[in-house]
Amino acid sequence: MKKSNSIPYDVVIIGGGNAGLCAAITAAESGTKVLILETAPKEYRGGNSRHTRNFRCMHKAPLSVLVNSYHEDEYFDDLMKVTDGKTDEGLAQLAIASSEECLSWMISKGVRFQPSLSGTLSLARTNAFFMGGGKSLVNAFYRTAAKLGVDVLYEANVTHLQLDNDRITGIDYNYMGQAHRINPKAVVVAAGGFQADTEWLARAWGPAAKNFLIRGTPYNRGVVLADLLDQGIESVGDPTQCHAVAIDGRAPKFDGGIVTRLDCVPFSIVVNKNAERFYDEGEDVWPKRYAIWGRLVAAQPDQVGFAIIDSKSIDLFMPSVFPPIKADTLAELADKMGIPQEKLNQTVKDFNAACDDSADFHPTELDGVKTSDLVPQKSNWARPINKAPFYGYSLRPGVTFTYLGLKVDENAQCRTSRGPVHNLWAAGETMAGSILGQGYLAGFGMTIGTVFGRIAGREAAKYAK
Amino acid sequence: MQNEHLEEARRQLEICNACRYCESYCSVFPAVHAARAFSDGDLNQLANLCHNCRGCYYACQYTAPHEFKINVPKALAEVRQDSWEQFAFPQSLARLFQRNGLLLAVATIVSFALLIGTLKWVGAAGGEGFYAALSHNAMVALFLPVFTFPAISLMISVRRYWIHTGGGSVNLKDMYGAFRSVLEMKNLAGGHGDGCNFEDQDRFSHARQYAHQLVMYGFLLCFAATSAGTLLHYVMDIPAPYPLLSIPKVLGIPGGIALTLGACWMARLKMQADWDLGDRSAWGGEIAFILLLGFVALSGLVLYALGSTAAMPALLALHLGSVLTFFVLTPFSKMAHGFYRFSALVRDFKRKNTAD
Repeated sequence: MKKSNSIPYDVVIIGGGNAGLCAAITAAESGTKVLILETAPKEYRGGNSRHTRNFRCMHKAPLSVLVNSYHEDEYFDDLMKVTDGKTDEGLAQLAIASSEECLSWMISKGVRFQPSLSGTLSLARTNAFFMGGGKSLVNAFYRTAAKLGVDVLYEANVTHLQLDNDRITGIDYNYMGQAHRINPKAVVVAAGGFQADTEWLARAWGPAAKNFLIRGTPYNRGVVLADLLDQGIESVGDPTQCHAVAIDGRAPKFDGGIVTRLDCVPFSIVVNKNAERFYDEGEDVWPKRYAIWGRLVAAQPDQVGFAIIDSKSIDLFMPSVFPPIKADTLAELADKMGIPQEKLNQTVKDFNAACDDSADFHPTELDGVKTSDLVPQKSNWARPINKAPFYGYSLRPGVTFTYLGLKVDENAQCRTSRGPVHNLWAAGETMAGSILGQGYLAGFGMTIGTVFGRIAGREAAKYAK
Repeated sequence: MQNEHLEEARRQLEICNACRYCESYCSVFPAVHAARAFSDGDLNQLANLCHNCRGCYYACQYTAPHEFKINVPKALAEVRQDSWEQFAFPQSLARLFQRNGLLLAVATIVSFALLIGTLKWVGAAGGEGFYAALSHNAMVALFLPVFTFPAISLMISVRRYWIHTGGGSVNLKDMYGAFRSVLEMKNLAGGHGDGCNFEDQDRFSHARQYAHQLVMYGFLLCFAATSAGTLLHYVMDIPAPYPLLSIPKVLGIPGGIALTLGACWMARLKMQADWDLGDRSAWGGEIAFILLLGFVALSGLVLYALGSTAAMPALLALHLGSVLTFFVLTPFSKMAHGFYRFSALVRDFKRKNTAD
């Protein structure tokens, strides 16, 4: 093994996404020498942050691109709703209260914001959008880090953190075909979840998980997470769960990102591979329902679903990256999608017959246009599917992140059952399960990453100096 | 090729339309997001609206090696280059010169020879200053068609562009918006005002915006100086040469300096920029055009400085030769971009103002 201490680093950050970069910048500003070990090649650096688009931010008055106000208690209520109370209240309050001053900090580090994107007006008050998206944020942070003298190694795969009693005494990593060991004074883990390790996902969730698509980076394989948990670092979050949404079934296995989402479900009927409906497609507005559909589709045979609409609805939702499958008859559509013709005809016929009067149809609000005597019911936007051409999209579960992570305190410090590990901190997705016990709140992952990244960087630098 | 380029741009913009992260960088993305499908006319319009600032490329999560292989600056540059050849009148000349720096250089040398020949055979009719080398009437006889032909050609091209992109009637409000956009070169400011990503990967800089404006304002000053000279000659009956404190000189000297420096700066930036984010096949034609523009300005300044020396007739031939090439090839070189871009901006303001 090669000892790589030609430069004595004070702080080593594992993972070069948003949280790791915030930690690196903060630690370097305190005057410590910092190294980032990023497992991805440079083109794919930044983990899941490169796919993000906004930052959920508390504010008492209009702030930067954010309109009106978004107070601490409303923010907290929103979090309680999505997590159903599964959160560490103290850490959640800390993240929320710190989010406001994070915004100007981010601007000072080169991040630029833009008004909420067309089609996302509902977030204009709560979420500040990154101009150019998460990759431009990551680029800005890398530029700032470089100016502060932070070193970065790409394609540096950390294999092991040596825990001796209450201290990390060494980091093993592979770089350019060689094994290295480094012995920094302080370590920050910001290496994400394990969702890209399909084997692990299948062990945790069940064999069906092999059919899941991963929406984000293929580099979140949970190597460091597993290594630390094996050594008795305390964990948080349900180890069997992941956050999954229904995405376009034709999306790539990894890294499909935002463009693979499908917003057509409320205007459709969704059937499984046997051409049977299985859930109320019109239960609520899509932003409040998209997250449950990953789970719903995951429970269907072969983990696949098919959303079917007719030409009345084709322009009612954001375009998706792949054009829909199009056919002049339902039978032809069924053929093209590989589901049984007759059964689909029957399902649509039953659905159409059950549709009430659709004169009050309104695409952007709960219009109460529903079905009667149909199981499952469709409780809004239920219009007969009868106007050719017909369109279909296949749906698959797309995993956003996993919940299992490292348990931290308000200083982002990790611990074992014997007490705190004196020189180990965690930030970002790898500890987000502490706050997001279930569900998801748009833009909150970036808030957790930024707030705890900065805290981890500050604490690591304080310890190392 | 043209169809392949259109297809590729269409494929990419459909992905952009499902993402929308780049909405605030420039005028292209709001126009993309306002559409659901893209006709050839839409694509040509979007391509001419794109200023190749490259902000969207470096921000994109889907650039190669990602399988979506998004490279909007390149895709639109290729469509744009094709469109300039498609709309030009006559098309064959644009096909010859748009991408071919060598041919442009040859045309310049032919012009030098032509001018030197003219000087030798037509000669002076006993005029003052430069007219001692080439009489005023000979100059007019040479440059009037050289000026008229490109003007007519460009009018035809812009009209073709306008019809193809479904422009319809033009109103003053849209023109005003487009003018302001050009004067400030807003589309190279990056939406946040930090500039664009032209010469140093994802670092934002104002270099290209400033260099372009130096060239543009320099050119406009020189053009104004020439126009002022024409007015002085014909309306006021004050023929050249003009003293230092005269309108043609007060406009022309700073204009020439700005144009020379701007062209050098632009050429330098073009050398530093990544070839793969533009239309590779047009690089030679573009750099030759920038150098020609710089040469027009520099030779004008040198001619002014050495106008009373024995070198004057030779310098005059070089300067007028480059001016000649520049004007004749305006509709068929990179110079045409200004007319198409302005049309695209008017068209885009029309879209926005109609949508509001």
